Amino acid sequence: MALLTVRNLHARVAGKDILKGIDLEVRPGEVHAIMGPNGSGKSTLASVLAGRDGYEVTQGEVLFDGKPLLGLSPEERATSGVFLAFQYPVEIPGVGNLHFLRTALNAQRRVRGLEELDAMDFLQLAKEKSKLVQLDAAFMNRSVNEGFSGGEKKRNEIFQMAVLEPRLAILDETDSGLDIDALRTVAGGVNALRSPERGMVLITHYQRLLDYIVPDKVHVMAAGRIIRSGGRELALELEEKGYSWLGLQDGKTAAPKGGEARR
Amino acid sequence: MSTDTLQELTRRPYEAGFVTEVESDTFPPGLSEDVIRQLSEKKGEPAFMLEWRLKAFRHWLTMKEPNWQAVKYNAIDYQAIRYYSAPKQKPKKGSLDEVDPEILRTYEKLGIPLHEQKLMQNVAVDAVFDSVSVATTFKDKLRKAGVIFCSFSEAVREHPELVKKYLGSVVPYSDNFFAVLNSAVFSDGSFVYVPKGVRCPMELSTYFRINAAETGQFERTLIVADEGATVSYLEGCTAPQRDTNQLHAAVVELVALDGANIKYSTVQNWYPGDAEGRGGIYNFVTKRGIAHRGSKISWTQVETGSAITWKYPSVILKGDDSVGEFYSVALTNNLQQADTGTKMVHIGKNTRSTIVSKGISAGRGQNTYRGLVKVLKSAENARNYTQCDSLLLGDKCGAHTVPYIEVKNASAQVEHEASTSKIGEDQLFYCRQRGISQEDAVSMIVNGFCRQVFKELPMEFAVEAQKLLGVSLEGSVG
Ligand SMILES: Nc1ncnc2c1ncn2[C@@H]1O[C@H](COP(=O)(O)OP(=O)(O)OP(=O)(O)O)[C@@H](O)[C@H]1O
Ligand SMILES: [Mg+2]
Repeated sequence: MALLTVRNLHARVAGKDILKGIDLEVRPGEVHAIMGPNGSGKSTLASVLAGRDGYEVTQGEVLFDGKPLLGLSPEERATSGVFLAFQYPVEIPGVGNLHFLRTALNAQRRVRGLEELDAMDFLQLAKEKSKLVQLDAAFMNRSVNEGFSGGEKKRNEIFQMAVLEPRLAILDETDSGLDIDALRTVAGGVNALRSPERGMVLITHYQRLLDYIVPDKVHVMAAGRIIRSGGRELALELEEKGYSWLGLQDGKTAAPKGGEARR
Repeated sequence: MSTDTLQELTRRPYEAGFVTEVESDTFPPGLSEDVIRQLSEKKGEPAFMLEWRLKAFRHWLTMKEPNWQAVKYNAIDYQAIRYYSAPKQKPKKGSLDEVDPEILRTYEKLGIPLHEQKLMQNVAVDAVFDSVSVATTFKDKLRKAGVIFCSFSEAVREHPELVKKYLGSVVPYSDNFFAVLNSAVFSDGSFVYVPKGVRCPMELSTYFRINAAETGQFERTLIVADEGATVSYLEGCTAPQRDTNQLHAAVVELVALDGANIKYSTVQNWYPGDAEGRGGIYNFVTKRGIAHRGSKISWTQVETGSAITWKYPSVILKGDDSVGEFYSVALTNNLQQADTGTKMVHIGKNTRSTIVSKGISAGRGQNTYRGLVKVLKSAENARNYTQCDSLLLGDKCGAHTVPYIEVKNASAQVEHEASTSKIGEDQLFYCRQRGISQEDAVSMIVNGFCRQVFKELPMEFAVEAQKLLGVSLEGSVG
């Protein structure tokens, strides 16, 4: 059974239709990459899947683990195993990184009927997981993302993912703004978290990331639709030929040519 | 997130709103010289005390209620207030066994057990119930260290020389409308004296409880830290839930002699009134300390209760190299109003002051920071750092910052930083995406916002303050 099924998803934000019929199926163990020009709706899709306020689904449905997802609150989705690594991780002044993460993990564990981790056990777990992305111990006790560099924020997202062990991880441009070493580290962390039970959706602009994290499928999104899907060679071809190859002008959100553009 | 959701979230149950049935000895409403004489007699006060009260009262009659503060309230009828209410008990209390068990239960319900074996280790408590102090714990242990910690009434009787010397030395009887009223009618409060070079062996704490209806609470606290002495003191306050407003006009005086160190913390949770703004305490308080050479006075306050809070804990930095600090969290919800801040008056050379104010407004709450930094000509090399941050929860509340800065010495360095932010939808979503409920997310973000202040509180109370803030913002999530 598919882990995530998105069918004909339409969504609007601030009175504007952004998603115009998305179909996507992610099976356990698969890694999907979503590419596409700026403003094409990639982050919007991620937000709708995670349940952010202000996004109105006007058509379609989403099943997670075979169950409808869209009626759940963000925290319920998180607890059932949906994780979003944010394109722009948020700073929460005064709230310690570890305290935040332990609160989150224990909130999820409580709902799942598991025992909460005490401070000592949690620290142990956090130390172990932080190695995955080489996040220095000094970051653990700083406020959530406050004063973190762009790269550190992204690593912190993957660190959180490693601790929370979601079933489905959506990584929104986790590679953007990373230098080459950090990219390798983050990719290494993500690869270590690949597992037969876990599905991943990588949103990215750069085929380079896909050299490190090899996807099972690649989708190209434009103007709120997936206009092309294929294997990893699609990303290479896109890199070589640019978006104009798919009938898109200069990476802008022009409507795709051909039969796929339903009006 | 919609404002409605926030509104829901910030709906607060008040947990200390119950009334204790206890037989009490209460004056009829009204204020006159006779009432003051009766009060003084009731307390068995020496003549100097009565004289002082009468002087204050006569002065008060010539004064007008102030109206410059950014708070609105119905006129107070001073003749409708009862100026004394005390639970009936034996006149002298040798031990806790003589305290009315109802009252002991009250404090227990509030989480302040007065039985020493149940008490928090290392915290001595003085419990003030309406107009009088009902119990002071750990007296013996303190006495061994030479520390005097007792009710104000007892201090007037047992240590008149100290009271005479320091009473009114920081807040004179003629100071301001509410302080003058307090000077005339104060009923009880706490007194602390820490002798030269002594570090007080435990935290001292007073727990104020208003119980009786229609009474005003006018307590007076005087803390004297002699040369090189150190003391940390905390006050907590609650009151029953009533439809009418009650006046609380307290005065606190701190004296830090050369090289002394006083840390004064407040966790104020008086009844704030209901969601429509009915009832609640008017908290009009004068707090001031005088810091002599090389001494330090630090105020920390967490103000979550009261319909109106109006107070400016201040430090007069008289001695060279003295230090003043003010750390404040003020939360206003529903129709609560707070106009609070501090005054730092730099007189001595190399004096330093730090002000950190965190205002949180929810519901239709209005929160004003009002602060004065004054550097006199004599204050060579004075330094001040002020930081005022406001956090808004919703769009019907308000935050205002009114800093006054007066500098008469060019060598002074005065820094002021201010910020106003809305609790971010982004922050909330980030927390919720990790599995944290909306309610817990709000309280986590708010607590984070206040961390700089909470870390100044004594350990035992930081946790309490955090919980209080959680409770104050608690509500049902739809
Ligand atoms: N809250 C909002 N209000 C108004 N417009 C919005 C909002 N959120 C997204 N949009 C619009 O929706 C469109 C898609 O935005 P989205 O962030 O999903 O794009 P993206 O594909 O992630 O782009 P990028 O590659 O730049 O991250 C854009 O035109 C954007 O301006
Ligand atoms: Mg995006």
